Amino acid sequence: MSHAETQPTDAEAARHGRFNELIDSDQSIEPRDWMPDAYRKTLVRQIAQHGHSEIIGMQPEGKWIASAPSLQRKAILLAKVQDEAGHGLYLYGAAETLGTPREELMDALHEGRQKYSSIFTYPTPTWADVGAIGWLVDGAAITNQIPLCRCSYGPYARAMVRICKEESFHQRQGYSIMLALCQGTSEQKQMAQDALNRWWWPSVMMFGPPDDASAHSDQSTQWKIKRFSNDTLRQRFIDQTVSQAEVLGIMIPDDDLVWNEENQNYDYGEPPWDEFWKTVKGDGPMSKERLACRVDAHREGTWVREAARAYADNQRALEVTA
Amino acid sequence: MTDGPLWEVFVRPRRGVSHGHVGSVHAHDGEQALQAARDLFTRRSEGVSLWVVPSADIVASNPVDAGQLFDPAADKDYRFPPAHVLPDEVDYM
Repeated sequence: MSHAETQPTDAEAARHGRFNELIDSDQSIEPRDWMPDAYRKTLVRQIAQHGHSEIIGMQPEGKWIASAPSLQRKAILLAKVQDEAGHGLYLYGAAETLGTPREELMDALHEGRQKYSSIFTYPTPTWADVGAIGWLVDGAAITNQIPLCRCSYGPYARAMVRICKEESFHQRQGYSIMLALCQGTSEQKQMAQDALNRWWWPSVMMFGPPDDASAHSDQSTQWKIKRFSNDTLRQRFIDQTVSQAEVLGIMIPDDDLVWNEENQNYDYGEPPWDEFWKTVKGDGPMSKERLACRVDAHREGTWVREAARAYADNQRALEVTA
Repeated sequence: MTDGPLWEVFVRPRRGVSHGHVGSVHAHDGEQALQAARDLFTRRSEGVSLWVVPSADIVASNPVDAGQLFDPAADKDYRFPPAHVLPDEVDYM
């Protein structure tokens, strides 16, 4: 092997060494740093999927804005759905620092090449589902997102800090909807129970497959993108949610849910993983409707984007002639 | 302009935090602006990364509009966690 051929390899090894040093010493990686292609690819996939989830996640709740039971609840829900749009934009911005333009990410979502969280393919047939989403889905999201505020990629971590600041309101407003229903008539309380029954297992499965079946976990943990395993976060979520359900006076639909004195946590039953995998593969209860709605919204927004560009072009032309 | 145009300088104090604005320098191009910014603003480990941006390229909001632009909409207090009163046992949420 000639000298000329070995040199780049040394340089590459040095760059790799520097990258690993930063990761090992808990320092963040920033956009201008050299990073392995696989690290960049993993981040783009994860951040895009996260951003898509925020954007698609506007639909199940957005549907209820016009029929929320009071003006106050309507204003609250409107503010929450607006926040979700903002979260999507923070995340797309973080993905763009990795060199992938937002338009590419949108195309990938619209063409089904990138995924979003399975949870948002479930329907929201009653007002109680809006409560359950805030309480459980946002609760699970918070459990997932707090460790992401310390993930190794700087722009992603910083976006997560901003997002987490806004999530507490989301969960509390959901819980407050559930509380109002549980303190209402027996029919209203039953509505809350039915929503809990619908959303419990999908929420538990939001943390992804069990640790022994998770395809991306090992490498992501090594890169400190992921700080805790799926099962660890799932356990954390279940442990804190049980007492919240007790305060509401409704039952978590899991006969195997029991306090384990030795481990100081709750044992729980087997989630319906078949349903999870089916949903991940694009066959969730409302997968087709969600994507179609997103594609329609994008198409119907074309004239707005074109008008914005035409306006800017005209302003420039005016400046030139002035 | 013999000193060259003005450049705004942003320093990232350490890994993990964003660049923040620290001041400006005069320079004839980006490379010189970086050098001047390095000499002026980061002599005592103030940062690990620098950005310089031509001042003329910064589009800023007008202070006159600040009241309207940054109105906190304090009447919409439901956008903040404490507006949603919960029982003590779950108030950590």
